[in-house]
Amino acid sequence: MTCPRWRALLPLALAALLAAPLAATAKSPPPPPPAPVAAPAAAVDSPPSPNLIRAEPPPFTEGIFPCSQCHDKAGDATPRQLAFHDEIQAEFHHGPPTRFCLDCHDNGKRDFVHLIGGALIPFTESYKLCGQCHGDKLRDWRVGVHGKRTGMWNGQKTYYLCVNCHNPHNPRFKALKPEPPPIRPQEQGR
Amino acid sequence: MAILEFLRGAVRQVFTGGKGYKAWVAVLLAMIGIGLFGYSRQWQEGLIATSMRDQVTWAFYIGNFTFLVGVAAAAVLLVVPAYVYHWKPIKEVVVLGELLAISALIMCMMFILVDMGRPDRLTHIMPGPGSPNWPSSMLSWDALVLNLYLILNLTVVSHILYRAYRGKDYVKWFVVPLVLFSIPAAVGIHTVTAFLYTGMAARPFWNAGILAPKFIASAFSSGPAVMIILFQILRKTTAIEIKDEAIWKVAELMAYAMFFNLFLLGAEIFKEYYSRTEHLVFTQYLWEGIGEYRALVPYAWLSLTASVTAFLIFLVPKTRTNWVTLNIGAVLIFVGVYIEKGMGLVIPGMTPDTLGEIYEYRPSATEWMVAVGVFGLGALVFTTLVNVAVPIMMGTLRAKGAPVVIQGAEAGH
Amino acid sequence: MSQPNRLPVLQDESATGDAGASPSRRDFLRTAAAGAVIAAVSACNPDAVVEELERRHLTELSKEKLQAMLGKLEKKWSAQFGKNVTVSATGPMPGVNFGYGLDLSRCVGCRRCVHACVKENNQSRRNPQIQWIRVLQMAKEHGVALAHANPYYDPEKVPEPGHFYMPVQCQQCRHPPCTKVCPVKATWKDPDGIVVIDYDWCIGCRCCTAACPYGARKFNWAEPNLPSAEMNPVTHYLGNRPRPMGVVEKCTFCIQRTRNGRYPACVEICPVGARKFGNLLDPESEIRQVMDRKRVFIFKEELATEPQFYYFFGT
Repeated sequence: MTCPRWRALLPLALAALLAAPLAATAKSPPPPPPAPVAAPAAAVDSPPSPNLIRAEPPPFTEGIFPCSQCHDKAGDATPRQLAFHDEIQAEFHHGPPTRFCLDCHDNGKRDFVHLIGGALIPFTESYKLCGQCHGDKLRDWRVGVHGKRTGMWNGQKTYYLCVNCHNPHNPRFKALKPEPPPIRPQEQGR
Repeated sequence: MAILEFLRGAVRQVFTGGKGYKAWVAVLLAMIGIGLFGYSRQWQEGLIATSMRDQVTWAFYIGNFTFLVGVAAAAVLLVVPAYVYHWKPIKEVVVLGELLAISALIMCMMFILVDMGRPDRLTHIMPGPGSPNWPSSMLSWDALVLNLYLILNLTVVSHILYRAYRGKDYVKWFVVPLVLFSIPAAVGIHTVTAFLYTGMAARPFWNAGILAPKFIASAFSSGPAVMIILFQILRKTTAIEIKDEAIWKVAELMAYAMFFNLFLLGAEIFKEYYSRTEHLVFTQYLWEGIGEYRALVPYAWLSLTASVTAFLIFLVPKTRTNWVTLNIGAVLIFVGVYIEKGMGLVIPGMTPDTLGEIYEYRPSATEWMVAVGVFGLGALVFTTLVNVAVPIMMGTLRAKGAPVVIQGAEAGH
Repeated sequence: MSQPNRLPVLQDESATGDAGASPSRRDFLRTAAAGAVIAAVSACNPDAVVEELERRHLTELSKEKLQAMLGKLEKKWSAQFGKNVTVSATGPMPGVNFGYGLDLSRCVGCRRCVHACVKENNQSRRNPQIQWIRVLQMAKEHGVALAHANPYYDPEKVPEPGHFYMPVQCQQCRHPPCTKVCPVKATWKDPDGIVVIDYDWCIGCRCCTAACPYGARKFNWAEPNLPSAEMNPVTHYLGNRPRPMGVVEKCTFCIQRTRNGRYPACVEICPVGARKFGNLLDPESEIRQVMDRKRVFIFKEELATEPQFYYFFGT
């Protein structure tokens, strides 16, 4: 007696059966690779509006910046009195007594400051660092309510970084000498 | 023309008079000379020659202006009984009252002129070449009503005198309505002047409804005091006959006005001291002084004492009809209201100023000189007008061929 | 009917000597009067007199007349101050209503704004000394209380402990008492919010000075003293152009700057960023942001002047 014909088809059927899921998967396009995560469009972290020009660069000390000239690798992170940067240490008054340089300055890359999560911030965007603690000031500063702007009220304005007005190591404004008072009415005239 | 003849006759009469008259005119001319000297200094240097500054920006000149508007308005006091009640004795002296009003108005306008920073730009306030701020500016209104009142008085007086000069009676249907209109007009000029102050919310001392009634009351208290004294002088120096009753009636009406003035003052004082808001500071500066700043205090109490004493004198018929006490009272009320309107109104309204500063103002030499000059000018105007009016009214100054008919009084007086 | 105390009846032609002025006296008086008039007229500059009499209110001047007038003024002041003085009459920008913000928690009372304003706006330096901005020192324990305000503070350093500082200048009210009382319409409110003064129309009556609740209006009590070296030659006819004696002046929000899009001088000079300026009709402007984020208050708000000047406390 000869093999029935359908028996010859069995391996084919089996293969088809096995291939089916494969074919199915082969047919649908592969899922696209995950897109690069864009920076969240949160108001806090976006740069100042396009109509703004920065008035001055950050107040780099002559001969000191870039810091990487001396600091090419991470150093001792222990909070302590340093042997260098005396002038800054002498005037330092910003926050509680436990404050240490590396709270703001990055240990590994000294040409940057860092946020609490470790993100590196260039000195030209140091307001992001200030805004971590002084969020209300940052929000006000972004729209010109805090700080100073000059130029055109309806056009291009010049803005100032936090550090252009506030010494980051001793931010509170010092008292200044006032301009002379007005002349009293009885002193006006011949 | 008849009018030219009248004017020429009047001008000639101005230069007629005895030794006393000439001496008096000489004094007034000297006063005017002093005024011109003072004003020339002010014209050259600017208003810095005064003691006014931004902190006290209206002072002596405007204070005098305010007082004199009251005097001008008070002429009405004589019109009311004369024409409303047809009381004979007063009619003959109404003309003199209107002449006083004219003189006072000229002084008012002079004080405004010397107070302006740019008197050369006076045309700016006139319709046509200028741009008067209708209807919101009270000063525009004041300019209008003062000029209207002046024209009104000039019209009535010159008509009566011109007709009398020609030996005729005045035209009743022309004069009486004008004179009746002058009653609300007089109240009007002083009310508008009061509104000038009342309308300023920046000055709480002035920003009170009581100001307009108080102005009318003080005007009627003090203006006629000038008349009372003047009538007595005129009775002695000219042939004019003014009945005693006329003067006493004026004094009686003044007593009522004085009472009202004192009552309103009392109401003001109560409001300030009882509610004790921040606005008390102006009243306090006037009556008590603030700290070391006490310049006005003696004047405030002097004014009050004078006004109360005068009120009592005028109230009691015995003292009202006694010539000595009456004259003392007239001087007292004049002094009292003069201080009240100037130092008691304008200066405390501005001290402390809108930002709380106290600048103690005292008139400078220039301001004294200019004020003397303006008063001299007003007195001269009044003297010359009276010197023309009285002979006309008495019948001694007449056009050629005109019958000697004396206006208002019985013939053969 | 003649009685002894009566004056003699006078006729037109006087027969007696003392009745009326004698011919020589009359002639003398006539000549004297004429002489006085001539003297008065010749004392003034006749051209200036004619110009003054021909002038009409600014709003009645044709464009050509206005340009001619501005040209004359530019010539005059360029010669007087030795600089290339320009006088513009820029009108208000459409869609603009200016607003000003002043942060009382920031002002330290240094008065840099006062003097920047004086320089920018050509104010008289002395006799009289005119300053459009007045800074009041107040005690913290009393708050905003004018009875305890002191504009004459002069310590070594500011801010003094226990005190705060409140600068006051024209509030550019929406219901200005000053424009209401001016008898000649020399001052009015322009559509962009600035209350302006035509210094060549003002008669110097100082009604506006009396009516202003903020002490903003200053009078030129004498000929202004403006040193040529310090004169700012970029001027606006209704703003910082040199003023004559006897007229009133005040802050105009630096009209010569703001109508060309620039900040006022006081805003730019403030070292602590206490001053904010912008267009109230623009929600993104700094002043609108201030109103949205802070609580603004009005000085003497009970007078319902509705200023376009807002005080606030930034912190």
